[in-house]
Amino acid sequence: MLSDAALDRLQTSLGTPDTSGTRYRILRKAGEGGMGTVWEAEDTVLSRRVALKVLAVEDEGGAARLLREARIVAGLEHPGIVPVHDAGTLPDGRVFAALKFVDGAPLSAALPMLGGPAERLRVFLRAAEAVAFAHARGVVHRDLKPENVMLGAFGEVLVVDWGVAAVRGDSGSRAFPVSGSGTKDGTVVGTPGWMAPEQERGEISRVDARSDVFALGRLLSVLAEPRPGEPGLDRRLAAIVAKATAQEPETRYENAAALAGDVARHLEGEPVSAYREGPVERLARLAVRHRVALLLLLAYLVTRALVLFIRKN
Amino acid sequence: MSKVLLGFLVGGALGVLDGMTSWFTPEVRPEILQIIAGSTFKGLVAGLLIGLFARRTNNMALTLVFGVIVAGFFAYLVAASMGKFYFEIMLPGAIVGLLTGYATQRYGHGPSPRAA
Repeated sequence: MLSDAALDRLQTSLGTPDTSGTRYRILRKAGEGGMGTVWEAEDTVLSRRVALKVLAVEDEGGAARLLREARIVAGLEHPGIVPVHDAGTLPDGRVFAALKFVDGAPLSAALPMLGGPAERLRVFLRAAEAVAFAHARGVVHRDLKPENVMLGAFGEVLVVDWGVAAVRGDSGSRAFPVSGSGTKDGTVVGTPGWMAPEQERGEISRVDARSDVFALGRLLSVLAEPRPGEPGLDRRLAAIVAKATAQEPETRYENAAALAGDVARHLEGEPVSAYREGPVERLARLAVRHRVALLLLLAYLVTRALVLFIRKN
Repeated sequence: MSKVLLGFLVGGALGVLDGMTSWFTPEVRPEILQIIAGSTFKGLVAGLLIGLFARRTNNMALTLVFGVIVAGFFAYLVAASMGKFYFEIMLPGAIVGLLTGYATQRYGHGPSPRAA
């Protein structure tokens, strides 16, 4: 038999959180994050699986950030944002947040399994709509990347890990600067390769919704990249990516909603704000968009001509 | 535009077009105005019925089938009144019904949801 002290030491060394006396029962480790570990757990009261995000060690700063993240996510009730069910402190003193358990894979792993360009764009749209919702609520994600977009087993698209998100300042502008994040100028927040230039330079005061637009633009370029056998990147889509990933925030889309709107219009065969088309391109786009109606009209005219031809001969 | 109004207008427009094609048949050219008027009326009525059906079912495949049947039936009545040209009138007429059904369901809007 192990003594309680020995059990405590073993538990700490293994990193398994102590959930005794709580409603949660740890099932397995689900992943490792920058702030801590995510465990698949069972909520024994409601008999459902949850993702238990637990800080690695007792850390006041980390605890405050995790609780802050939980509060931000709690204010973002949207089908594309993983809901938080609970937050608090475990018996071992570590702070936790209980989130909906998503049975799926991050976009980085699921990308090869996705279908054609239209399906990939629809996945992008759903992620962008979730971010647009956050922007409308005054929240900037600041760490958008394929690892932070989860694809559920039933086709759900969820934006996760709002750990470094920032909330709206008092400016009231739509492309709001961030504040209340506890981050000072000079601090680099985000993931290299996905951060907007102003984020990479640590210009926190310039980071706003357009910084998320940059990351979404990078995400779009990955999803829209033609695979072998697919036609080359459409000019309109290339223009959307270029506008979203512009170096200067002022030349990007104002927020995720504006970007999502252009992608949705592209999918519907409508003109997009990022690309000025010529008359021939416009006609070609309209012909593709209304191809079924045009084919039926052509079928009618051919039938009429055939009937006249047969009657005269 | 509502499906009913769109069906009515598309049916009417295609009826005018269908009537105008009779200009290519010299023996009926003297009665072209009556033919256009009759064809337009036929198109308007068929389009209205297709629009009402499209609004009720909200189903593309069913609307296409209904369009073919309704427009084909009206074309049959015209051919029957003449006692000839069944194939020449009914085939293009059925395609007009198909086109009206497609346009109505694809481009028309259903009724706005009412507040509870």
